[in-house]
Formats: sequence, structure tokens, C-alpha cells
Amino acid sequence: MSVHKPLPHDAAPLHVTGEARYVDDIPTPAGTLHLAFGLSTVAHGEITAMDLSAVRAAPGVVAVLTGDDIGHADCSPSNNDEPLLALGTVHYVGHPVFLVIADSHLNARKAARLGKISYAEKPAILTVDQALAANSRFEEAPRIWARGNLPDAFAKAATVIEGRLEMGGQEHFYLEGQAALVQPQEGGDMHVTSSTQHPTEIQHKVAHALHLPMHAVRVETRRMGGGFGGKESQGNHLAVACALAARLTGKPCKMRYDRDDDMVVTGKRHDFRIDYKVGVDAEGRLLAVDFIHYTRAGWSMDLTLPVADRAMLHADNAYWLPNIRIESHRLRTNMCSATAYRGFGGPQGMLGIERVMDHVASTLGKDPLEVRKVNFYRASTPAKTGPGTGKRFSAEHSPKTAVAPGVQTTPYGQQVEDFILHELVAQLEKSSDYAARKARIAEWNAANPVLKKGIALTPVKFGISFTLTHLNQAGALVHVYQDGSIHLNHGGTEMGQGLFQKVAQVAASAFGVPLEAVKITATDTAKVPNTSATAASSGSDLNGMAVKAACDTIRDRIAEHLAERHQTTADQVTFAEGRVSVGGSDMTFAEAAMSAYTARVSLSSTGYYATPELAWDRIAGQGRPFYYFAYGAACAEVVIDTLTGENRILRVDILHDAGASLNPALDKGQVEGGFVQGAGWLTTEELVWDDKGRLRTHAPSTYKIPACGDRPRVFNVDLWVGANPEDTIHKSKAVGEPPFMHGIAVLMALSDAVAACGDGSSYVNLDAPATAERILAAVRRQRGGYV
Amino acid sequence: MTGIHFVLNGAAVTVTGQPPTRTLLDWLREDRGLKGTKEGCNEGDCGACTVMVSDERGSRAVNACILFLPQLHGKVVHTVEGLKGQHPVQAAMVAEHGSQCGFCTPGFIMSMATGHLNGITDHDTHLAGNLCRCTGYAPIVRAAESAAGQPVPEWFKAEASALPAAPAPEGVALPRSSNELAAWYTAHPDGRLIAGATDVGLWVTKQLRDLGPVAFLAGVEDMRGIEVTEDAIHIGAVTTIAELLPAIAPHHPGFAAMLRRYGSAQVREAATIGGNIANGSPIGDSPPALITLGATLYLRKGDERRAIPLEDFFLDYGKQDRGPGEFVEAVSIPRQPDRLKCYKISKRFDQDISALLGCFNVTVEGGTVRAARIAYGGMAGIPKRAASVEAALIERPWTEATVQAALPAFARDFTPMSDMRASAEYRLEAAQNLLLRYFLEDQGLATNVLEVSA
Repeated sequence: MSVHKPLPHDAAPLHVTGEARYVDDIPTPAGTLHLAFGLSTVAHGEITAMDLSAVRAAPGVVAVLTGDDIGHADCSPSNNDEPLLALGTVHYVGHPVFLVIADSHLNARKAARLGKISYAEKPAILTVDQALAANSRFEEAPRIWARGNLPDAFAKAATVIEGRLEMGGQEHFYLEGQAALVQPQEGGDMHVTSSTQHPTEIQHKVAHALHLPMHAVRVETRRMGGGFGGKESQGNHLAVACALAARLTGKPCKMRYDRDDDMVVTGKRHDFRIDYKVGVDAEGRLLAVDFIHYTRAGWSMDLTLPVADRAMLHADNAYWLPNIRIESHRLRTNMCSATAYRGFGGPQGMLGIERVMDHVASTLGKDPLEVRKVNFYRASTPAKTGPGTGKRFSAEHSPKTAVAPGVQTTPYGQQVEDFILHELVAQLEKSSDYAARKARIAEWNAANPVLKKGIALTPVKFGISFTLTHLNQAGALVHVYQDGSIHLNHGGTEMGQGLFQKVAQVAASAFGVPLEAVKITATDTAKVPNTSATAASSGSDLNGMAVKAACDTIRDRIAEHLAERHQTTADQVTFAEGRVSVGGSDMTFAEAAMSAYTARVSLSSTGYYATPELAWDRIAGQGRPFYYFAYGAACAEVVIDTLTGENRILRVDILHDAGASLNPALDKGQVEGGFVQGAGWLTTEELVWDDKGRLRTHAPSTYKIPACGDRPRVFNVDLWVGANPEDTIHKSKAVGEPPFMHGIAVLMALSDAVAACGDGSSYVNLDAPATAERILAAVRRQRGGYV
Repeated sequence: MTGIHFVLNGAAVTVTGQPPTRTLLDWLREDRGLKGTKEGCNEGDCGACTVMVSDERGSRAVNACILFLPQLHGKVVHTVEGLKGQHPVQAAMVAEHGSQCGFCTPGFIMSMATGHLNGITDHDTHLAGNLCRCTGYAPIVRAAESAAGQPVPEWFKAEASALPAAPAPEGVALPRSSNELAAWYTAHPDGRLIAGATDVGLWVTKQLRDLGPVAFLAGVEDMRGIEVTEDAIHIGAVTTIAELLPAIAPHHPGFAAMLRRYGSAQVREAATIGGNIANGSPIGDSPPALITLGATLYLRKGDERRAIPLEDFFLDYGKQDRGPGEFVEAVSIPRQPDRLKCYKISKRFDQDISALLGCFNVTVEGGTVRAARIAYGGMAGIPKRAASVEAALIERPWTEATVQAALPAFARDFTPMSDMRASAEYRLEAAQNLLLRYFLEDQGLATNVLEVSA
């Protein structure tokens, strides 16, 4: 079986030689045209005049389009509120206003800067407070979910704690910028190559813009140079622009954003303000929790509603919160439209409750880990499955309604019945030597007046499934050729996470053939239709199952054919190590395939999968949005300089639950990379907008993602040994997003280090990103300096 | 422009008919169809376009996105395609799972191959100019460590040292001596001098500017190198930061430690000391250190030369004491006992532009401050001495009380600004605290987070 093996990424040999092709690397026909947007320079205003004569006269320019020319060519993934080009009003600095079509990328870029646009500026809404004052929001009012009796719980609490946490957004900084190439076909059809996590959405948007049926548009995506959620909806604009230009000119059209344009135009992680008021007992148990989430969604809706929902769905993280109220404000602001980013609101919601744990521990004078542990969900063993249990596999015949005895539920009513954090955290405490190191750090801090160390151990519980339930489906298409080679296709996209390799391992295992027999092919809307975005960590869960279904269908056909030939039953036919055995006879898989072919047995099949058991009401905040939870924990040690706020991550230990990992090497890569990205979000990655709404950090010179030397000096990453109790693909768990939130341990360790500067009488209140500047200010507050 | 000769992946090429500011990256991708070298940022900050350039001075990794074709004249270039899949770092990256999305990988491979060739083992420093968003770097460093034990392929060594014949090209100014440069600049006083192009490159790739007449300085050999005499350390203007770093380390290790964080390996290999001074940036990292050491700047126009204290060169933001046709020829530092410390503050430790940089050179005799030269970058429109602070220290006992008493003087010397790197308040507070750090470090206290382990 090739599943569960630590095989390299399928494209690694192509990556290291430069052979791996990204959109901009694909050879294009002569005469291909190149596109660039002219961008708004004001955050909000009416366009009063547009003089594009210099743009049109610039060298190499073929055509220039404005909103008047194309009308509402919508690029929104949700709300039909994103015309490709501004229609009379601009809503943020960087809003595309006109489109240049030129003979080269450079000429298009040069011409795009020559537009003279006059605006009647309007007041721009840039801050949370401005948006609240203007009641500028998506949805009619804040979403509110609640359970229990908050007033009673606060009345019973020994201590009530209030605070506010501000956390910044995050630029995806995929190394490959957004890109699309559209080649017009006969009869007005379009072939689109896009760097996208969501080929079907690209297909849908291009078809809509061109008033074509979806069958006239074919989208292919072989790989992305990173996605992280930033290519779930943000690639629509480039593909639609290229399609419109291709129709206009009859020429292939390509568009890629220059890095600065990419950072200014496209959406980023939602920043959040979280106000909290909690009531605790003497041990730090959270009796009452009142959260208010505020997020700046930017100018259009994009994916803000499900992002903000997911923040609410992770407001509990790993903790039993009997009495809780969560109020969520999705604010419309004159900024780029915040979008999907690894974790999709989950990290923001989770950071809120982890901040609460830190604050409670500080107030009560306890180790934050002790406070975390007393609040953990009760340990629960998944119900047994199999004969006599009334369950088929792990799934009940009817959806779960009644809460099983002893099982606690999330604030939204889902039973937490696979909770492994008691054991997992205990194991990490031991392997990281948490208690002894904490004691040594206290001694070290006593001896060091300038530098201070801190340590923290934080857990992660992350819900797996799209919260828009109908997206939890996937399709696959598998062909077995008469020589026994296998063509594999499915709806997922490859952005570096290793999905294609994992799914190929599933296919190879199904047929009992070596991995080399399986050809991985580009995602293609003409092969598998109506796909969901590769997002929500769901890629291998959904597509792995769909591929397995397709492979099993073909394998069963071959087995039945051979069984008939050998006067036995199909279950007597075995597929292993490239060979097929039946009734004492043994042949290569290729011979089996040829035999089936000549007997006129179909060797091609689709496969389909829909995640079972999901049902919930997002307005009420009730039900089962998630199939299961993924778990993990991280222990981080840091040092800070109390003179400058500079800091380093000294050591990190992570234990992460990937179920029965499909590929431990790839999963470990997701954990290591996710952690560093999460730590970057909370430390050096600071997005700065000025008071005119201009993003001042729009290139790697000013926006600082972690560099090589920023990874922890000591970095121990292990996978938890255990299978997913739910019936997922080979009992594995999703792993794309959950490890991102291990970065929270770093912020909490920094908080611990800052606390070492004070006497415990006040809480550190360290906001994110914890830049050197914020850390120095927090140190000053601890030392009683001016605020 | 005619006849830029270099060797690309083992084959001689002659480039003609290109504008002198065509970048190597665009030429590789658009004209040669070599798509392995990627554009990640087009400003020298991500390393996805890293290639290896070799000449008489050895092999180095540089960013192709801000490297103009004439800078390659007479050199050897290797791109990822030139490794033919046969280099040990390539196999190591596959085996150690060092690539995920793969887009940064060719740049990493070229940095790693260059480091491997040069025997570099400090991977964190060497790879600081290559950004990866997927892996968290751990497997990449494991790959670099695992490849280190394997020999450099002989063919690769041979190719890197086989320099082409390179007759002087026409239509592009590539002066071979300071005299030639002086003559060209006198004839083109509105011209633009390009040394490493780590800043000017962005004028082309980001600002899309037409630079007018340009001259490339990399071949002006008599302005390259470091000469240490009894009295002075003399540094030629086209000396790269990478060349300066090891040369200055024995004399002023604090200067070298700061230079280790100047840009990235790719930037240090291209950027020159003369460029860092002449462009007049208030956040260039070498001027505050040089000013603190009492450096003298040598300027030349035609055959006229003059020497001025470096601090007098910086007149105001964007304004230097340099006439049309006048250029920086060299800078020199008087020999002195080492008391220099340089503290660079930036959001990220490696490959970041300073929010502020404080350099300190305080002479203490018998417990009393006898001399103090303190200069900052990022605190004013120019690299600037903290004259009031110096005055508050001189002839006073070298004690924390003296230092504390001097801190209010910072507000007289500096009125820093707020920007995306730091607020004015932070700059001022951190600037003061850096003086404290200098004192406390002098007393033997641990003050450097980079020297702490778990």
C-alpha cells in the first residue's frame, strides 16, 4: 500500500530543476496580449472625469477598457457586488478602474500609469469605529449566537475580567502572484489557464461575463505557486479580464499582477478586534463568556460571512463554555476586500479565547496551561463501531440529534466526542519538558535584567468541513489504459500542499500498483465538473474519497471479470504489488487490464463523495457544521529584549493530529510550514494603512514574512499516533489549516516574557502582530512607565 | 548596445540590441524561454530569481530581477536549468521535502548551489534572501546540511571558472578605470552611475523610469578593494558589502555583525559601499557606522579630487554635497582601537530595511568618557550624529547615571518620523535605549537576543 508512506511531493523533481510550469511559464502563441489594470488612487469617490488618451497612445497599447465599456462583469464569489472595473464609484485605493491591453507585460504596466482620473472624493470608512458610527456593515445587523444564562453565570463568578484584543490581518504572499491566460477557441469558446484554488468558480465567472453557458468555458490548473486561500476568489478578476480581452481582440490574453499591484488590489486575512468579558471561578473555569467580534471586511462581501462565522465557530477552541454569547460585526470599509486565508476566521476566533486564558491566568496568578486544562472539554471515547453497535462504520443510520450521555457540546451544539487533547497535551508537556523549562526560565529571568524569556503551551481544536454544507462534495475521473497505466483526475487543486501525491497514493493503493503507474493530471473543469474550492483543509478528505470510489468501481469490474473467467467470486481476486491474483493464477496489473479491455469491460469511471452527517443552521448557530475535529498542541519558548522589543523564537515543540496520516512527510511539512506562517501573522507581518486608506506595506521590502533565520532554532515536530474515528479516507485527518494556529503559542510566550518585566499586578495586553514596537510598549506598561 | 558577452549555462552568448536597463530576469524568461528563474517580487527581496554569477572574484548568488544585462559582461551565468538536475542540492531538496509549491525552489537551489560551491555552512545567513511561504524553511536547511557532505560536481566547478573573452562592447559605458569613469561622467554630467543596481534597479522595475545615459561601474577595478595601512582602512567605492564584511571584521567586528544583516547575501554581493553612500538614503546602513568611525569621503570630478568628513556629505534629505559629474571614489576609516557597536532595529532580523540604526564609538579612559561619536540612521532625513548626546557624555564618568542623564538630549538631536516601519515615538525611545544597551553591554550584561538559546 502506498498510503501512509512518507513519499516526496510528486512534483519535487520538477521543482528543483525549474521544469515545473506555472501559468506565466506556459509557452504562449505569437501575438499573445498582456493586461494591466489602472488603479484608483483614492479610497472612496465618484469618478468625475477619465482622460485615458495618454494610455491609448502609449507604445504597444492595443485597447483600453473601462466600466462603461463592459458593464457589470461580476467577479464576486458571493454577492454580485464586484464589477471587474469600477462603475462610477471607487471603493478603495487600488480599485481597478480601467484595463490596458498591450503587446507586452511591461508596456501594459507602463501605460496603466498614464491614466488621468478625477474624483469627487467622499468620506472613507477605514476604521472599526468609523464603520460602527456609520452602521456600515454586511448583513442587516450583527450575528449573535448564545447559549446558557449569561447574567446568572456572571453573578456566580468569583472574578469577572474584561479586555480588548486587536489582531492584524495578513497578506498571503504566495510566491507566485495571481495569473491567468485565456486562449479563445472556435465558436467563441474559451480555454482558461488560471492560478486558482477554484477552477469551477473561474469557469462560472468567465461564462457569466461572456454570457456563455459554462460548457463553453474550460478551466485548467496544474499547480499554483502557493495559495493559502488567496486564490480562492481573488483570481476571478484576472481570468474575467483576459476572457473579455480575448473576445474583443481574438487573441490569447495573459494577465499577471506585479507584486505591488497584487498586494494592493487583492484581499487579505480579516483583521479582528475582540472585546471580551468573562466570569471565572477560583480555579479559572470559564462560567460566563461574552465576546464581541469586529472585523473590517473591506469594500465588498467576498467570503466575509463564512469567515466571520468560522471565527464564531472557533470562539471555544478546546474549551467547554456552558454560558456564552458571541456577537459578530462584519463591517464594510473602504479597503481591499478581506478574503479567505488559511484558517478562514478560525485563527482569529481561537486567538480570542486563548487571550482570555492568558488574561485569566494572569489575574488569578496561575500557570496559563493549568487554566487551559481545567477548561478542556471532557475526554470522551468515540462510540464503538461495527456489528451489533447499531452503527455502520462510525456513522449512525440517522443523523445525531440527542446528546450522548457524558458528551459535552460546542457553543453551537455539536457534540465533542473525539476529544484527545488531554492525552495529547500530556504527551507534549512531557516531550517538551514544559514544567522544568518553565522553572528554569524563571531563574534565568531573575538573573537577566535586559533579556527576558517566556514559554507557553497552547492547544488547537479545528473543525473540518466547509460550513456552507453543500460544498462538501467532490468528484473524480479515473481511466485505466490497456497497458495498465492509470490516468487520475479529481476536482482538487495543487498549491504545494501535496494533495495530488496523497490522492495518487490512494489510487495506487486501490489498484495495488506502484505509484509510478498513476499519472497525476491538471485539474480540469472538462473532466470533473462542479467542483468546490480546494479550501477548508478538505482537499484530500473529499477528493481522496471520490478517487477511491472511482478506483474501487474499476477494480471491482476487473475483479468480477476475472472471477468469471476463473470460476470464482470477485472477493477472491486480490490486487497487490502490481499484480492481480485469482484462483491460483497470477498476472500483472497490465495483463489484468488488457484482459478486461478485450472482454469489453469499461476501464473508466467517475467517483463521487459527499461528506455525511452535516446539518446546521448558521443564523441560529446550531447544529453539526463539522464532520470531525483535528487537534494539536504547541509549546513555544521565546526571548525578548526589553530595551527594543526585539525577540526570537528559541524552541518550538509541536504534536499534531493528522489521524492515520496519508503521507507523514507531507503532513509534517504542513505542520512546520503552517506554524511558521502562523507565527509570522502574530509577530512581524504588519499591514499598515495610512489615514488616506493607502496600504503602505505593499511589497516584501516593507511587509515582512518570516525569513530562514526566523524559524525556531530548535524545532521538534511530531505527528500524534491515532486514527480518525470517523470514516475518512484511510482514517486520515485534514491538515492544511489546523497547524497554522500553533503560531498562537508564540504570541502567548511573548506575553509570558513581557509579564516577567512586571510584578503581576497588571495584564500584559499584547496585541498582534507583536512587533518589536508593540512588545516594547507592553514592557513599558509592565514597568509602570508612561502609556 | 552591442556585444555584451557572457556564458550562460555553459554556452557563450552575445547580447545585442537590448536597452542597457533590460534585466537579466526578463531576458531569460522572455527572450531565452528559460522559465525556471521566477519573478516573485521584481525588487530583489524574495530571491525567486536567484542565479549564480561567476568571474575572477569567484561565484556568487545574485537577484536576476535587478541585474542589468551589461553587468554580466565577461562573466559566467548559471540558472537552475544549468544544473541539469545533477547537482547534489537538487537531490537533497527532493529527499528532505524542501519544496512544496515549488515556486521559490529554483531560487533556493541556486543560492544553495552557490553556497555549496563556496563551502558556506551558515545557511540561515546565506539563505536569508530567499523567501519561502510554504515550508517554514526547516526542510530546506536540512537539505542544505545534507548536501554539504557531498563534493561539488567537477563540471560545475569547471564551468564556473571558464570566463569568456569579452572585447569591450559598443554603445554602453563600461569604464575599466576611474580615469575612464571620470571622463565619461564629465562628458555626461546628467548621467546615472550604476554599481550594484540594488536600489537603481527598482527605479526601473518598480518606478518604470527611463534612466537616461548610464555607466556601469563593476569593471572599475582601481576603485575596488580594501587597503589597510598603519593609519587608515581605505575602501574603494565599488567594493561590495560582501567584500567589505570579512575585511572589516578583524578591525571592527561590530561593523561586520551589522553588515551580516545588510540586505541579503544576494544584495551584499551586488551592493557597493560607494552606492550605499552616494545615494544619500537616510536609512542606508553603512554611513552611520562610518561616520561614527570618523570616516573621510573621497570625491572626484574629472581630475579634481577632494576629501571631506563623511558626515558633511549628507546635507539634507535627498541632497548631498556632490556636484554634477562628481562621484564617490573611496571612503577611508582612521585606524583606532575598536569601541564600535552597531545596533540595527528592523521588523525582521534578516533582509530588512532599518527602522533605525544606532552606531556608538565611545572612548573611556580611567572611567571617564574622553570621546564619543554616535550616529543614527532612520532618525532624520540624513544619517546624523547625536551631537547633544555626545556632549552630554564627554568628560563625564562612564556610569549608568551619566547615560540616563544624557537620554533627554536625544530629543534635541532628533525629531524622527512615523512610517510603516516604526512610529516616531518608538524610534526615539529605542534610540535612547540603544545607548543604554551600549553601556550595559560594555558592563558585560547579556543584551543580544541573537546569542540566547533555549
